[in-house]
Amino acid sequence: MYSQDTIAAVATPPGKGGVGIVRVSGSLAAAIGEQVTDKTLLPRQATFCDFKDQNQELIDQGLAIFFVGPASFTGEDVLELQGHGGPVVMTLLLNHVISLGARLARPGEFSERAYLNGKIDLAQAEAVADLIDSSTQAAAKGALRSLKGEFSAQVNHIAEEILRLRIFTEAAIDFPEEEIDFLSDAGFQDGVAKLRQQLGTLLKQSTAGALLREGLTLVLAGQPNAGKSSLMNRLVGEETSIVTSVPGTTRDVIRQQISLDGIPLKLVDTAGLRDTEDEIEQEGVRRAKKEVAEADGVLVLIDAANNRNWQTAANEILASIPESLDAVVILNKIDLLDEVLSVPEGYAHPVVGLSAKTGDGLDLLTSLLKEEFALGLVPESPFISRSRHTQALKRTDAHVERGILELETQAAGELFAEELKLAHQALCEITGEFSSDDLLGEIFSSFCIGK
Amino acid sequence: MEFPTRYDVIVVGGGHAGTEAALASARSGAETLLVTQNIETLGQMSCNPAIGGIGKSHLVKEIDALGGAMGLAADAAGIHFRTLNARKGPAVRATRAQADRQLYRAAIRNILENQQNLQIFQQSVDDLIVDGDKIAGVITSGNIHFRASQVVLTVGTFLGGIIHVGQEKREGGRAGDAPSNKLAARLRELPFQVGRLKTGTPPRIDGKSVNFEGLETQPGEDPRPTMSFLGNTDMHPDQVACHITYTSELTHDIIRAGLDRSPLFTGEIDGVGPRYCPSIEDKVVRFSDRTSHQIFIEPEGLNTHELYPNGISTSLPFDVQIDLVQSIKGFENAAITRPGYAIEYDFFEPRDLKSSLETKYLNGLYFAGQINGTTGYEEAAAQGLIAGINAARAAKDFEAWCPKRDEAYIGVLIDDLITMGTKEPYRMFTSRAEYRLILRQDNADRRLTEIGREMGLVDDARWQRYSEKLELINARATNLQKQFCQPGDAVESYLEQSLNREYSLADLLRRPNVAIMPLLENLGIDWPDYEVNEQIEIDLKYEGYIERQNMEIERVQAQSGVLLPADLDYAQIPGMSNEVRQKLIDVQPENIGQASRISGVTPAAISLLLVYLKKTKQLPERKKA
Repeated sequence: MYSQDTIAAVATPPGKGGVGIVRVSGSLAAAIGEQVTDKTLLPRQATFCDFKDQNQELIDQGLAIFFVGPASFTGEDVLELQGHGGPVVMTLLLNHVISLGARLARPGEFSERAYLNGKIDLAQAEAVADLIDSSTQAAAKGALRSLKGEFSAQVNHIAEEILRLRIFTEAAIDFPEEEIDFLSDAGFQDGVAKLRQQLGTLLKQSTAGALLREGLTLVLAGQPNAGKSSLMNRLVGEETSIVTSVPGTTRDVIRQQISLDGIPLKLVDTAGLRDTEDEIEQEGVRRAKKEVAEADGVLVLIDAANNRNWQTAANEILASIPESLDAVVILNKIDLLDEVLSVPEGYAHPVVGLSAKTGDGLDLLTSLLKEEFALGLVPESPFISRSRHTQALKRTDAHVERGILELETQAAGELFAEELKLAHQALCEITGEFSSDDLLGEIFSSFCIGK
Repeated sequence: MEFPTRYDVIVVGGGHAGTEAALASARSGAETLLVTQNIETLGQMSCNPAIGGIGKSHLVKEIDALGGAMGLAADAAGIHFRTLNARKGPAVRATRAQADRQLYRAAIRNILENQQNLQIFQQSVDDLIVDGDKIAGVITSGNIHFRASQVVLTVGTFLGGIIHVGQEKREGGRAGDAPSNKLAARLRELPFQVGRLKTGTPPRIDGKSVNFEGLETQPGEDPRPTMSFLGNTDMHPDQVACHITYTSELTHDIIRAGLDRSPLFTGEIDGVGPRYCPSIEDKVVRFSDRTSHQIFIEPEGLNTHELYPNGISTSLPFDVQIDLVQSIKGFENAAITRPGYAIEYDFFEPRDLKSSLETKYLNGLYFAGQINGTTGYEEAAAQGLIAGINAARAAKDFEAWCPKRDEAYIGVLIDDLITMGTKEPYRMFTSRAEYRLILRQDNADRRLTEIGREMGLVDDARWQRYSEKLELINARATNLQKQFCQPGDAVESYLEQSLNREYSLADLLRRPNVAIMPLLENLGIDWPDYEVNEQIEIDLKYEGYIERQNMEIERVQAQSGVLLPADLDYAQIPGMSNEVRQKLIDVQPENIGQASRISGVTPAAISLLLVYLKKTKQLPERKKA
């Protein structure tokens, strides 16, 4: 059915992983599959087999799955060889596949073919790209949702609403002598109001989705001089906060973007949360509280050396934090302790002990953060979206608004129609589907038209 | 017999397409022969007696700007004029004239008979003379062989026409006229794809038997618009009113009871009818919740009592027609003068045509009008005009011409037909035009007169008047930019608002609630010629939108102007689905723009096409604007 050449690539991220996948797409996919596995692969069935090279030497063992185009990711015949990962094995497997007639795919070429074959729209294609380089698992969740077309579905829903209004408007223009006045129809008036509301909602969600791509924000909170700045410096790897032993040194909010094994995290160091008479200090505290309110999660830092009963100290701070926020309790300065602190069974928050000064226990913190915050703290922002989406939605909204103005102030049906058309086009830029809509067909099926 | 004179162009058919084709060809300087079955029916309106309407008056005024006859004939025959969408913006305003059929025919015939380079001959055409892949002439029923290198076929519904009234059916091209079956058979031998369409008319009624008391009266528009750029109200004959009545529940019951004898519902008719002009039985069945449907009663002419009840087109048996007509208010004692009927006819797949309307399979053969699947006098006339122009140009070895989608509704019409084809009789609507704010009926002259003049279609009188108008528009527009109003000026009383700074008159006119005529009056400026002032006003009011559409046109033009070679082998383009490939092979688009408008051709397919063109180094050429 398709005559494009056959491409192949390792579909899983480089590095050691549990599973590594070599993906092949194109007309040779079936033949390559048979030669690598020495089996006839049934479409859409996972077959456990040996992957062997041209000398019949074993490369790996794993699952082979064959998809017949167009019912595949790219719309072409697709072969997936799922092996044990590892760079050496994957490279051997890929080289063998290429020796059988495939060529190495360019970055994003699978998605490109999927797009070119109409399997995914532009928004979905971008979500594929996002999935590939998404650096947090939480973002991967969002990307997955977007890939399934949830964002596209909402955009399409609004596009349908615009189309419906266009039908009324065009009917009013092209059939002015019918017995109904389409533009004073209640269904039309309601639709206009509904459209603006739906656009507003999607615009908000889209903005939230764009933020998600930029990672999570975690606030460092704790008693003054508990070592927040030291910890931050330790995590960031350079001195950004003034670290002294005088409580309340950090008066301004300091932000740092860090990458925790590729997870983007925004760390916010705040002034200590404590009652104070000092005006400047008070301002710092006020800002700290604001940061906490806007964060995705909180790292509660306790000076364990000076708080033998760390739970009391932690609870004080946790009481000032909204319950909806997940928190990790960090017991700092363990290097000054001669005993091991115990954590009671069933304690509500994860606890980790470390020394920001020596770096002891920092690895425990990073693995805990990955576990807790990558999955647990992400607000369920529905989509990964790009600023392109937000821009398109804003333009859509502006056209709708202008159109309503033309209609209300000048009864200019033709200008309302024009603005709706432009709004429709702006919206369709998101999904890349510029369908030449059959407005007239819709008019005839909706209304009794014609003499 | 071999006819001694050799013509440049032969036009077959004397309807709206044929007459415009013959006139355009002759105006372009080509020796032209118009062959018609019947000289008496030249310019016959087979359906309702009206010219224009939404989207259609746009076409008429474009035809007019290119020197065509339709607008002038409508002014000579118009007995009732209306402006539609008067309260919406100028872009969607339209003009419609009820025409006296006899006066209309007389006007058309008069124009034809006085056209230089044009001969008219009465006889039906039975066969085509074909020489390899070229047309060479036609053979009439009298076995006369007329030779020409270009032949325009405008045979309307006459090809394989079958007329249905109830379960009665007979062959016919129009009630009272014979179909062109020999020609239809001949054309079916050629490699054209043939489809079947259907249309219908209502029963006609004797006005003497109608009780107008209690019916809504619709008077003509005041002030009365004209159709032609050269028209004026002094040309109009006496004016009459139209009337409006409605079907009743009883009407609908009668129709339902007769459905078992309706050829539309018994499966007798295969042809697809127009959705915007459904038969009354169709409306009653599809919209069963409606308790009445409007009927617009159109006078057939000044010297006849016959009426055309627009809205009850039907092919129900005649006995049902009598009952249904008499169930309508005002028609209780109505006498039917001619039964309503449905007609099925052949049409040729318009995607087999080039934008010149020349067929792709036979050089020199052009199709125009209903033969291409359209409906409506205006649509037919527009195609006839283009086919006539191009036949004459081809005879002189000139390049073909067709307005683009951003230049004229005619361009939209032809591009739609040759790109998407049609599944139902195609009618023009303003919503088909993406550049609707630019393609207005009020500026058809500004869009097309110049190019018409270049092609020899516009005579001196029209050209002079147009030039004067244009000059006046430019002078007054400049003037308005240069005249200023100051805070405290008397104009504030008209604006009902005080000015906070100096404004040019053009600035004031950009305001939504400022109209040019009252503003000029307030300022004591006496500028006659409303059409001139109106152009300035519209230009200012639409300024932003027009700029945007112009930018869009440029952007699209840059991409879509990429020419596709006629011999492009779509089978060679890798990665394209067979479905898309087949569509491109079917249409053989002339450029990327046309390709992208084919339904089902995705942006991805266009990328593939572009990539392929680039790879094979066929990409760079750009169509000249």
